[in-house]
Amino acid sequence: MSTSVLAVREVSHSFGGAPVLDRIGFEVAPGEVVAFVGPSGCGKTTLLRLLSGFYRPEAGAVERRGSTRMIYQQDGLLPWLTVSENIALGLRHVAEKASREERLARLLQLIRLQGFARHYPHQLSGGMRQRVELARALAGDTSVLLMDEPFSSLDYQTRARMRAELTRVLSERPVAVVLVTHDIEEAVLLADRVLVLSERPAHVLCELRPEGERPRDVTSPALRATMKSILERLSLPHDFDGEGPKGEGESVGAPEASAWPG
Amino acid sequence: MKNARPVSYAQASLLAAACLVGGLGLWWLLSRAGLFPPSALPTPGEVAAGLGEEVRTGRLADDLVASLFRVAAGYTLAVVTSIPLGLALGHSPRWRAALLPTVNFFRSLSPLAWIPFAILWFGIGDAPVVFLIFMATFFPLVLATLAAVAEVPAVYFQVAHEYGFRGTELLTRITLPAVMPQVITALRVAGGVAWLVLVAAEMIAGRDGLGFAIWDARNGLRLDLLVCGMIVIGLTGALLDWLLSLLSKLPGVRWGYEH
Repeated sequence: MSTSVLAVREVSHSFGGAPVLDRIGFEVAPGEVVAFVGPSGCGKTTLLRLLSGFYRPEAGAVERRGSTRMIYQQDGLLPWLTVSENIALGLRHVAEKASREERLARLLQLIRLQGFARHYPHQLSGGMRQRVELARALAGDTSVLLMDEPFSSLDYQTRARMRAELTRVLSERPVAVVLVTHDIEEAVLLADRVLVLSERPAHVLCELRPEGERPRDVTSPALRATMKSILERLSLPHDFDGEGPKGEGESVGAPEASAWPG
Repeated sequence: MKNARPVSYAQASLLAAACLVGGLGLWWLLSRAGLFPPSALPTPGEVAAGLGEEVRTGRLADDLVASLFRVAAGYTLAVVTSIPLGLALGHSPRWRAALLPTVNFFRSLSPLAWIPFAILWFGIGDAPVVFLIFMATFFPLVLATLAAVAEVPAVYFQVAHEYGFRGTELLTRITLPAVMPQVITALRVAGGVAWLVLVAAEMIAGRDGLGFAIWDARNGLRLDLLVCGMIVIGLTGALLDWLLSLLSKLPGVRWGYEH
């Protein structure tokens, strides 16, 4: 496993005899952000569930060093618990109360929600709820964060703010991230490596490394070239050879989620 | 409900009071119009006098306490047994396969069909009434809890698994709070059913209580006392429902009512 915190070795998986994943293999180094993009229903969420240990792979192996935590596509906060109680789920293993409270306060500060500790999830906006999920996932000694299209339910502006927020949080609290997303722009903005998956049974079509340090500028020629490569690898239409970036609120060159095959 | 304007508390109180006064006026007119014989429809004044008599003699308080005790006993017994069973059925396909047809069978039976057995097994008094209230509320509560478990989003169980909730802790800290909003709604419905069944059960299997008081007034041709009993039953039922509705105001379940 060398220095990696997560190693996936030739993992294959199926549901009801239908193959979903086909010999997927990759490693994630400490602090590295790896994004997966691919068609709808290609098995990205299944891959994350295998990485989290929720499923066992039919073939191959998943090796983890340290604990993994998940941020869900659906709202994963428990609605009957307050913000601080939700975050404290990630600190269940901390026996000493004073230490638990001190870490909780630090996490609330990290996500800038100190004044909302006693609020319930339904009293928060979508972006705030995502920040609470992030804090819960980072509580404890998390070494790998698994993110399943975490910002897909947010509007464009909140999504952009959450990307910036995630970049800031990861700079303050480095942790390895496996990000599954429909949004190619999100993948190239946040990831050190982007792995492109094929349709089912999914295998890795190619691996790309977006240039530059985070936070990145989505209009930079290098990032646009990376996005173009991804879209071409997936045989999807794009306008990167045309007039360039579109206006605010529109995805840059990438097709809408509904345009994905499958 | 398009363009429906919200009603303030003061407006709502005024509207309710106006309806009440209008209803009393209508009743008074009907009782004076000669449509029914005076012995068949008492006036509001006669009922008020009857209510005073019931309060003075202490019979109303005795009947109210007896009825509340029976409802509390039968309903509490049903709640503490049905919710755990509903949770178990919701979690276990084996338990569901074994017990769901039986639960559905008994749910379909009118609780009043049990009256002969209630009297044969428990005689007359508290026990048969408590038994009938239990039979009326237990099965609907089991089914409501089971349905609520089936609707818990899978993501809560994924979170529970991730953060190490297993066995009893999974049941008490994840499943139970996740179903509470729906269970509270079912508790209110079952509370109403319990109060309805109480009257019928006490009429036949009771020696006191509000239901028995109505029956006794009918036998004595004291329709003023009969209406007095009806009013107390209605008011007490509404009060009990209001008390149960307070459960939905608890901070840990408010999320279930926010849309």
